[in-house]
Amino acid sequence: MLELFPNGAAHYLIGGLLIGCGVAFLFATTGLVGGASTLFSSTWSFVSQHAYFQSQRFVESRSWRLVYAAGMLLGTLLVTAFAGGGPATAVAWPLLLIGGVVAGFGARLANGCTSGHGICGLASLQLPSLLAVMTFLATAFATANVVRALGGQP
Amino acid sequence: MNARWPFVLAAGALFGAGLAWSTMTRPEVVLSFLHFTDLGLLLVLGGAVTVTMLVYQLAPRVLAKPLAAERFGQHPSVLDKRTLGGAALFGVGWGLCGVCPGPAVAGLGTGNWPLLIALAGLFAGAWLHGRFFGKQ
Repeated sequence: MLELFPNGAAHYLIGGLLIGCGVAFLFATTGLVGGASTLFSSTWSFVSQHAYFQSQRFVESRSWRLVYAAGMLLGTLLVTAFAGGGPATAVAWPLLLIGGVVAGFGARLANGCTSGHGICGLASLQLPSLLAVMTFLATAFATANVVRALGGQP
Repeated sequence: MNARWPFVLAAGALFGAGLAWSTMTRPEVVLSFLHFTDLGLLLVLGGAVTVTMLVYQLAPRVLAKPLAAERFGQHPSVLDKRTLGGAALFGVGWGLCGVCPGPAVAGLGTGNWPLLIALAGLFAGAWLHGRFFGKQ
């Protein structure tokens, strides 16, 4: 029989609600839209003088995005102290590196990732974000299943 | 230091706690969703979108301005080749490693050190994009 949630469902739902509370709290208190991936461009503005990285939207948002990232670390540290951390990933380092580069490039080209388009975009009822989410889910399903068929993933 | 930073920090902490609690900080769990063996990620996304949608839609109607700022921002998404092509590429990278931007940052707090490799990759990918394809 097909089991949809072999590891239980509650922790997924609770975690998702917590994530939503974080993004919603950010918006209600500061008006900011809290996707994660812009951090990877805005942080470069501290060290690169290239005109793209020095554009206003990155220079203006680079500080709060780092504070947001520090908060994310703080949140995971608290949960880890309370509930333990789980094993380190066994995904091979070349996949982590190449996957990271391709995902970073793509997320910035698309101006959003699983949180920017997936959470903030869908929550603001934006059709382009819905299409972006359907697109990256489709290519992610295809890629992960090909890699697994080739023996590259657990 | 800035008056809104404590709110940003608290919001990030909730986000990170949710990622850790839902085990999205573990690439194996994300990959099990992409392999169709555990659909938990749909519950995470659904839960997060539901709460966020409620507040995104209601807050600007009931509040004149955010509690600690002057105006509500918007997520500017446009329908063009960059958005769809970028999303397609993002999915390929995500499918290769099971790591997306939030968990790459947050996962370090669970002691999942190999995620540093993915984090370095994400920064490198964003640099390549900005340096050679960045449009202001």
